[in-house]
Amino acid sequence: MSDSSAVANGAVAEEPHDHPSYQRHHFETVDQQFDATNFAMWIFLLTEVMFFGGLFMAYLIMRNWYYRAFVEGSHQLSIFWGTANTTVLIISSFTMAMAVWSAQTRRQRALLTFLGLTFVLGVAFLGIKGIEWHEKWVKHHVPGIHEYSEQAFLNPASDPEVYKEYHDQPLSPAMASKTEEYFFLYFAMTGMHALHMVIGIGLLVYIFFRARSGAYTNGHYTYVENFGLYWHFVDIIWIFLYPLLYLISRY
Amino acid sequence: MSEPSQSNGQSAQGEYREQHHIVSPAIYAVILFVLLCATALTCGMSYIDLGEWQIAPGVTLFWNPVVAIAIACTKMSLVVLFFMHIKYSRRLTKLTVVSGLFVFLTLIGMTLTDYMSRAWGRW
Amino acid sequence: MSAPTIVVLPDQSTARIPKMNFLSKENGLLSWLLTSDHKRIATLYLISITFFFFIGGALAGLIRLELLTPQSDLMAADTYNKVFSMHGLIMVFLFLVPSVPATIGNFLVPMMVGAKDLALPKINLLSWYLYIAAGCMMLYTMAVGGVDTGWTFTTPLSTHYLNTHVISAGLAVFVAGFSSILTGLNFIVTIHKMRCPGMTWFRLPLFIWSNYAASILMVLGTPVLAITLVLVVLERTVHIGVFDPAYGGDPLLFQHLFWFYSHPAVYIMILPGMGVISEVVSTFSRKRVFGYTAVAFSSVAIAVFAFFVWAHHMFIMGISNYAALVFSLLTMLVAVPSAIKIFNWSFTLYKGSVTFETPMLYAFGFMGLFTIGGMTGVFLGSTGTDIHLTETYFVVAHFHFVMVGGMLMAFLSGIHFWWPKWTGRMYPEKLSQLAALVTFIGFNLTFFPQFILGTLGMPRRYAAYPPEFQVLNVFSTAGATVLGIGYLLPVLYLTWSLRYGAIAGDNPWQATGLEWQTQSPPLTENFPEIPIMDHEAYDYEWLEKQNLARQQQEEVV
Repeated sequence: MSDSSAVANGAVAEEPHDHPSYQRHHFETVDQQFDATNFAMWIFLLTEVMFFGGLFMAYLIMRNWYYRAFVEGSHQLSIFWGTANTTVLIISSFTMAMAVWSAQTRRQRALLTFLGLTFVLGVAFLGIKGIEWHEKWVKHHVPGIHEYSEQAFLNPASDPEVYKEYHDQPLSPAMASKTEEYFFLYFAMTGMHALHMVIGIGLLVYIFFRARSGAYTNGHYTYVENFGLYWHFVDIIWIFLYPLLYLISRY
Repeated sequence: MSEPSQSNGQSAQGEYREQHHIVSPAIYAVILFVLLCATALTCGMSYIDLGEWQIAPGVTLFWNPVVAIAIACTKMSLVVLFFMHIKYSRRLTKLTVVSGLFVFLTLIGMTLTDYMSRAWGRW
Repeated sequence: MSAPTIVVLPDQSTARIPKMNFLSKENGLLSWLLTSDHKRIATLYLISITFFFFIGGALAGLIRLELLTPQSDLMAADTYNKVFSMHGLIMVFLFLVPSVPATIGNFLVPMMVGAKDLALPKINLLSWYLYIAAGCMMLYTMAVGGVDTGWTFTTPLSTHYLNTHVISAGLAVFVAGFSSILTGLNFIVTIHKMRCPGMTWFRLPLFIWSNYAASILMVLGTPVLAITLVLVVLERTVHIGVFDPAYGGDPLLFQHLFWFYSHPAVYIMILPGMGVISEVVSTFSRKRVFGYTAVAFSSVAIAVFAFFVWAHHMFIMGISNYAALVFSLLTMLVAVPSAIKIFNWSFTLYKGSVTFETPMLYAFGFMGLFTIGGMTGVFLGSTGTDIHLTETYFVVAHFHFVMVGGMLMAFLSGIHFWWPKWTGRMYPEKLSQLAALVTFIGFNLTFFPQFILGTLGMPRRYAAYPPEFQVLNVFSTAGATVLGIGYLLPVLYLTWSLRYGAIAGDNPWQATGLEWQTQSPPLTENFPEIPIMDHEAYDYEWLEKQNLARQQQEEVV
C-alpha cells in the first residue's frame, strides 16, 4: 500500500487564479460561496427566532395571568412614539431592501444613499426609544432599580395625562404590583431588540464605508444582502413587539 | 482542474437566475405602502372592542389579540417574502424558514398545553 | 499467536510522515491561534476539552470521596453542592456538548463530504475562542467560590435565595452555548452546500448524518437556553422577574424554557457519538452498515422528536396530568429511533468479519451500556415509575450510563479510530485494549450500584445518606478509581505515540470513506484535488478494486 507522500512532498500545484478575488479558496465557485453564506445567515436568523421566542413565551404567560396589569401598564406607553417607531423601522426596511437592489444593479451612489437613509432611520428609532425610556425613568416605572412606583395604577387619577385618555379603574394592590412584571418584560424585550439594533447600526456603518470604496458594486453584494436579512429580521421582531406591548387594549 | 461542482443536481443556469433574481423597486414600494397601511389598521383596531367568542363554557376567545397577531403575521409574511426574497429563493431556504417557525410554535404550543390544562376555565 | 487484525501498516523501515501536512505547514503560536484550518481548530479543541474533562473528573473524584461515608464529613453540605454543580456544568457544557462535534466533527466533516474546509472557517475559529472564554468564566466561577444550584439553575433558588456565583456561571454557559450554535451552523451549511461532485445525501457516511441531526438541535435549541439564562441573570440583578413567585413569576416557566433546550441537549451529546459507532462498527466488521437509510432517517427522527419531549424532566414539578400524559407518550416514541440504530449496528456485525481492535472494543462497550442506559430512560419516561425514581440515584445512573458508558466510550472509540489519520501515527494496541477493558470494568463498578441505590431510595445531590447505603457507595467509589485510571491511560499513551508510535500510512484500517483516501496527517486543503464520489458509502468492494488497481500500478512501475 503506497502512501501519498509523493503527491504531498511534491507540494500542491498553485492553481491559476481564475476566480474573482473575493472568492474564498475553500469554495469552488462564487455561486457556491453566495449560496452557502446566504444559507448560513438564514440559519443564524433561525437561532435569533428561538432566542426571542423565550421572551415571547414569558410574555404570553404573564399577560394571561395579569391581564389588567398589562392593560394599564401599556396605557403608560405613548401610542404616538410607538407608532412612530414602527413606521420608522418599516421605512428603514424599505430603504435597506433598496440598498440591496442598488448593490445588485451596481449603482454605487444609490447604494450609499439608501445605506445612509437606513442608518438615519435606525438612529432615529433608537432616539425615540431613548425618549420613551427616559419617560419611564422619570415616572419611576423602571422595575427593580429606580424606586418603582405603583401609584399610577393604584390611583389612576394621579396621572392625569393617561387618565384623561383611558379612564382606568384602580387596580388592587396585588394586581398593581404585577405592573412591574409588565415593565420588566417591556424593558427586557425592547432592550434586547435595541441591542440588536445597535449591533445592526454598527455593522451598517462598516458596510457604508466598504461600499464607499466600491466593495459591493462589483458583483459581490453578498454582505449587503445578508446584512439586509438581519435588518429585516430585527424589523419583524418589532412588528410583533408593537402590538404586544403597545396595543394590548386601548378601548 | 475541477469544474464548478453542482452537487445539488440543479442546472447551473436555473440556479443562477433563481439566486440572483432582482426584485424591482416598484414591488418594494407597494409592500412598503401595504405595511404602513397595516400598521395604521392595527393601531386603529386597538381602540375598538371587537368582543369575544364563547367557544364553550369557560373557554372564551377574545378577538382583539387574534386580529392584532393576524395583522402582525401578515406584515411579517410580506417582509419575509419580498424584502427578504423568500418568494424567489430556493426550496431549501423556504424549508429552513418554515422549520424555524415550526420549532418556535412547538415551544409556544406545547408549553401552553401545560398551562392551559392547569387552568381549565380560567383562561 | 496474535489476534486477527485488519490493520495494514506501511513498511516501518521506509515509511515517513509526509513532509507537507496540516501540522507542519506553518509553525509558531500565531499560526495556530489565528488559523482557519478546521483540522488545527479541531486539535485546539481536543486539547481544551481534555483539560476541562480532567477538571470535571477531579470534581467527580471529590464527590465519590465524600460519598464513601454516610456523613457529610469530607466537606460541608454547601461545598458538596458546589462540587456536584461545577462537575455537572463542566462535564455537560465544556466536555460532552463539544466533545465529538468540535473535535472529531470539526476534523472530519469537511473531509467526509469532500470539501477543503468548513463553509465558514473564521466562524469556526470564533467558536473555539468563545469556548475558551466560557471555560475561563467557568474557572473564574470556581475560583471565587462556585455555584450550588446544580447544573440546572433551578429558580427561584438561583434567582433569589442563593449568594453564590450564579451570574458568572450562567454567563459562562451562555457563551459556551454560542460556541455550540456556531459549530452547528457551520456543519449544517457545509453538509448542505459543500458536498463534492457525486456526493449525494445517501452516499454520505452516517457520521455526517448524525452530526447533521445534532447540529439542527444545537442551532434551534441552544438559543432558548441563552435567553433563559439572560432572564435568570436579569432577575437576579434587578430583583424582579418572571421566574420567582414572590414577584408574580412562575418557576415552572423557567423549567419549561430550560428543559426545552436541555432535553435536545442530551441528543446533541449522544448523536455524534452514535455517528462514530456507525463508522467503527462498519470498519471492524468489514461490512456496510445494515439498513443505511434506516440509520440515517433515525438520526433525523431523533432530532425532530427531541423537541417534543422535554417535560419528562418535569413530571413532579407541578405540570398538569394531561401534559404529563402527552409528554410521557411522546417520550416512548423518541426511544424508538435509538433502538433502531442499536438493532442495525447489531445486524451489521452478523456475518461480518469482526475484529477487536480498540475502537471496536469501545464500540461494543457503547452498544451494551447505551442500551442499558436507554432502557432505564424508558422507566424514567413513564410517569408512574418516574414519581418514585426521579431525583434519586437511579436518574444519576441512567444519565451516566448513556453519557459516560455511551457518549464518552464513543468519543474514545472515535479518538482511537481517527488517531492515525490525525497524527499519522498508531497508538499502542495492547495497552489501549487494556485501557478499554479497565474503563469498562471501572464504569460498571461505579455506576451499576447506583441503579440499585436509586431504587432503594437514595436521593441525588445529598452529601449525607442513611448508613444502609454505604456498601454500594463504597463499590461505586472503588469503581471510580478504576475508571479514573482507565481515562488517564489514553492521555499518556496517545501522547507517547506522537513521538514513538508506528507510522500509520493513509489507511491503516482499510476503511472506506474519503478521509482514508488521503494522506495521514492530511494536507491543509485536505485533498490535492476535490474528489469525485462515484461509489456508495461503506463500499468495501470498491476499496478492494482500488487497492488492486494500485498494486497493479506499482507492479508495472
